Amino acid sequence: MEKLINEFSIGLFFWQLVLFIGLVLLLRKFAWKPILDAVEKREEGIQNALDSAEKAKLEMENLQADNQKLLKEARAEREEMLKEARDMKNKMIEDAKTEASESAAKLIAQAQASIESEKKAAIAELKSQVANLSVEIAEKVVRTELSNKDKQLKLVETMLGEKSLN
Amino acid sequence: MQNIISLKTICLFFFFVSASVFAKEEPKEGESDIKTEIKEYINHHLLDSHDFSLTSYTTESGEHKYIGFPLPVILWDNGLKVFSSSKLHHGESVAEVDGNYYKSFHGKIYKTDASGTINLDEHHHATNEKPLDFSITKNVFTIFLVGLLMFFMFSRMAKKYKTGSLPKGMGRFLEPIILYIRDDIAIPNIGVKKYKKYMPYLLTVFFFVWIINLLGLTPLGVNVTNNIAVTLALALITYFLTTFTANKNYWGHIFWMPGVPVPMKIILAPIELLGTIIKPFSLMIRLYANITAGHIVLMSIIGLMFIFKNWLGSSLSFGLAFALSLLELLVAALQAYIFTMLSALYFGSAVEEHHDDH
Repeated sequence: MEKLINEFSIGLFFWQLVLFIGLVLLLRKFAWKPILDAVEKREEGIQNALDSAEKAKLEMENLQADNQKLLKEARAEREEMLKEARDMKNKMIEDAKTEASESAAKLIAQAQASIESEKKAAIAELKSQVANLSVEIAEKVVRTELSNKDKQLKLVETMLGEKSLN
Repeated sequence: MQNIISLKTICLFFFFVSASVFAKEEPKEGESDIKTEIKEYINHHLLDSHDFSLTSYTTESGEHKYIGFPLPVILWDNGLKVFSSSKLHHGESVAEVDGNYYKSFHGKIYKTDASGTINLDEHHHATNEKPLDFSITKNVFTIFLVGLLMFFMFSRMAKKYKTGSLPKGMGRFLEPIILYIRDDIAIPNIGVKKYKKYMPYLLTVFFFVWIINLLGLTPLGVNVTNNIAVTLALALITYFLTTFTANKNYWGHIFWMPGVPVPMKIILAPIELLGTIIKPFSLMIRLYANITAGHIVLMSIIGLMFIFKNWLGSSLSFGLAFALSLLELLVAALQAYIFTMLSALYFGSAVEEHHDDH
């Protein structure tokens, strides 16, 4: 210990202290700060690049998923549209069919009704003509055959016979 | 795996053989000379010096020749005295400046009379007056060199980032270390919120200690971190940074430890207060002792090569010195890491937020 104290050099201590503090200050300004800043900046840059790459990847995945979803939706929509169209077509055909048959039935019914009414009218006319004829015949018979009783009777009989043949 | 085993075997072999060689060695006449010379050389190496000498040799006429260059000596002795260290001649002659006489003795400058007498006490210590010595010694020169080197190295590296965000050149090697200090030392110990203001100190201290430890392993013979003045300066900065950036929670834990009975609080306060000083003190001693011990052991083993003077002993010493050098290489980085790590730990305790769980 005594040897240590004896050997201790104030001068060396002084110069070491001065030099070292100076060196720390100088290097801090001209070396350590720029170096550490550059390194930090670089590390930050690398980190940012990695982050953005990761982000881009995620975005890409999202985009792809979106595309997939859109595609699926479009496909479903098309399916639906096709189905709708098909349904509509079927319905239209069905409607047309029923309408046609309905109108046909109606026409038939109308025809039948008019036939019926025509028939009725014809029958009625026939009846009235028959009545007229009967009246006319009766008139003629009355007019011509009133003189001869036999003839009158014969006439009535033939006339009646003719009429029934009618 | 096989490599590790064979390495271990070689190390063990060296260990046993050298141990047996040590045991057999008897001190002989004439060898004490070289032993004391080695001891003195090691001691000399561990000390600071006023000139930058790479190596020295002795001529046949017994004159010491040094290869290197002188450095300025700056003394405060009733006024500033500046002169070249070449005047001191490595402690062999007296330097005269403004009518005062100075002599270097065991790496320290003493004020002497004209003939350069050094008065010694019974412990072989000089009792002469010591002027305040602010000389640019070998160590001061080295730390300035390392400071310059670091400044150019890291400011250049910082400039490269302006052109692109990727490291270029030296940055490729240094950036992982900087990131390691940030991610594995600063952030886990201090916390994400507050680590930033300590980063300049942690980075500087790590690289400074590491580079200077590595320089100590080169054959240049510089040896900075085994000076307690250097480690004290570093530890003191850690201490002041801890103390002045500490929050209420830190002081609360020191003076009035929450969650313990009042008498215990009174007992704990001085212990905790002492702890704040012991922590940086341990930092200082750890770095100093590790590097000094490494240098002493390594140089002693290198010195053994010259003591053995036979092929077996010398080559074994060489192998051992080689293995130890590799270990010291690891220690150089490890001590820098430990100093940084513990500093970060102390900063972390100073800015720790209050937790309710204790």
